[in-house]
Amino acid sequence: MTATFVGMPRFPVAAKAALADTQLRRNLAHATATIRDKRARVVAEVDNWEELRLAGAAIKDAALFSLDTQLVLLEERLTAAGATVRWARDAAEACAIVAEVAQAHDIDEVVKVKSMVTLEIGLNEALEAEGIAAWETDLAELIVQLGDDLPSHILVPAIHRNRAEIREIFQRRMTGAEGITDEPAALAGAARTHLREKFLNARMAVSGANFAVAETGTLVVVESEGNGRMCLTLPEVLVSVVGIEKVVPTWEDLDVFLRLLPRSATGERMNPYTSTWTGVTPRDGPQEVVVVLLDNGRTRALADQVGRQALRCIRCSACLNSCPVYERVGGHAYGSVYPGPIGAILNPLLKGVGTDPQVDSLPYASSLCGACFEVCPVRIDIPSVLVDLRAQVVDAHRARRWGGIPSTQTVAMKGAAVTFGSGRRLGLAERFARLGTGVASRFGASGWTSARDLPRAPRESFRAWWRRTDGGRS
Amino acid sequence: MVTCINDALFPDTGRAVVTLLRRLGVEVDFPEAQTCCGQPMVNTGYLDEAVPPLRSFVKAFDGYDAIVTPSGSCAGSARHQHGIVAQRHFQRSGDPALVAAVERTAPRTYELSEFLVDVLEVTDVGAYFPHRVTYHPTCHSLRMLGVGDRPVRLLQAVRGLDLVELPRAEECCGFGGTFAVKNADTSVAMVSDKARHVRETGAEVLVAGDNSCLMNIGGALTRQRAGVRVMHLAEILASTEQRTAAS
Repeated sequence: MTATFVGMPRFPVAAKAALADTQLRRNLAHATATIRDKRARVVAEVDNWEELRLAGAAIKDAALFSLDTQLVLLEERLTAAGATVRWARDAAEACAIVAEVAQAHDIDEVVKVKSMVTLEIGLNEALEAEGIAAWETDLAELIVQLGDDLPSHILVPAIHRNRAEIREIFQRRMTGAEGITDEPAALAGAARTHLREKFLNARMAVSGANFAVAETGTLVVVESEGNGRMCLTLPEVLVSVVGIEKVVPTWEDLDVFLRLLPRSATGERMNPYTSTWTGVTPRDGPQEVVVVLLDNGRTRALADQVGRQALRCIRCSACLNSCPVYERVGGHAYGSVYPGPIGAILNPLLKGVGTDPQVDSLPYASSLCGACFEVCPVRIDIPSVLVDLRAQVVDAHRARRWGGIPSTQTVAMKGAAVTFGSGRRLGLAERFARLGTGVASRFGASGWTSARDLPRAPRESFRAWWRRTDGGRS
Repeated sequence: MVTCINDALFPDTGRAVVTLLRRLGVEVDFPEAQTCCGQPMVNTGYLDEAVPPLRSFVKAFDGYDAIVTPSGSCAGSARHQHGIVAQRHFQRSGDPALVAAVERTAPRTYELSEFLVDVLEVTDVGAYFPHRVTYHPTCHSLRMLGVGDRPVRLLQAVRGLDLVELPRAEECCGFGGTFAVKNADTSVAMVSDKARHVRETGAEVLVAGDNSCLMNIGGALTRQRAGVRVMHLAEILASTEQRTAAS
């Protein structure tokens, strides 16, 4: 993949361009509606769904509050099972470790299991810079990679593409795919032939992990296509990059998430492939197993009292599929591998606010409708975190007096604070300035009126009517 | 609590609430110290600026049995955000008075349909409104307050009213306060779809429990010359055969 998210414009600017792409709008509306409906159907089948959500949230919270001991236990158990555990503070350290392992074995080609964390750290680009080719083996991730494109969804990274576009990418980039049709079976068949050769030749695989069970030192990958199983079992060397928030204390805890995740993610009762591995199994599967435990901003997020709940996220994408903003603008506008409502909180939490205008624009990329919170399997209260992050953005600029926030907004808010400080002042403002038009100008009438009329201001405010008529009694 | 938007732009809604509640035997007052609940500041990230309106709020409403408002969003702000603003103010100033006041006002704040159904225990309010109507459940009343089907039950009991279902009713209209300005293009895309769904119903009137959402959808509908008008739930519930004939 040659494309990266570096240097993306602020959300409103990126969104404007995306909204004008009618093909994208159509692809997204169709795809999100399909997954949304599937999810709703299979979730409705589970009588105790709400209890499962509460359990999921409680287990993750408990794990996060004891992260220090859970991670040390995980390391101990992994090491005892023959794995090598490496710790990485940031993306650069993690990428360097993966490259180092490849180079130690004289490997210049790796196959990859679909993994958000390796996209987060820009692993493919880092390996490419070291002369190591990284092949994505998940079908959608492969479409993105071959199209020199960026992922736009956590679970379905090529959700913005329809099958005609995919056919065109395959014809251009795959040998032997010149004559294929845009039938899904034909497209999948071409990818299968293309990937089979990669699986059989690869000596090293790179994965992430959906969960890491501390009590036994077991990593878990949940997937649908079987490409993960191939990567995790065929090569000699396996390196897994795991965010430190992925730890769950016990197998009993894991059970809850294996029920929450597939229904929330793909709308399936159970996912087709669940792979678990505990270090090295002699003469079976990879004989060198390396686990990179990654921070990359997670401890920063953990220190945020309101925002730390975002670390419960199991990357199911239900919030993306239910978000009316995401459905219309797609994932690229968020400028990150983590788009949608979870991306709007996760990016500022991992990176911090007050320095990058793009990151600071993300907490505002929501109407706070709450549809995301309603579907989140681990009950992340995304609207509350968004509001808290907005306050952090404003406070950061308050302290630095740096011009990322339009000063007109600050002036309007301070003015409103004074006006709303007393009923008498508000009454005066209404009488003399006709608050109606005042409100309109504060809203920035041009953005509003491009497609909407403004209400006509009434002759008399409620307050004035109440006074004049003695509360409607005269 | 009439709310600042209703006070300044939609006084008819406030008057309808007064009429309706008095008809149901409630003693209604409008404490003139009230201004704004502070939600526009909180949702834009200006928590310090939300303190003066919050002070006005508790000054106006502390001591009443119930604080009733024709807005799911403002009720949500009073119940869920005032505590956050007051806590932060306490941490920064050491003044616990606001926290204590909010502990008294927040649980006494009701969105209109909640007050009617839960406190007054009435669904048939004696209203008459002979029109084809569709209902948009606003996000904050639906997901922040959880008013459920209370507004629908109230509408179903209105004589003459033909209630038709709105497709994708629970999807946000794209208002979101300052969202409608900061992300105007996305907001317009959302409200355009909402207006299309409203037109598909063939309703004459779109009803909701929040005038800010109605201002957004109504603004799109009038721009499209759609021939659908928007009305607050309170105005439909306040209308009777006598009042309809008189107007």
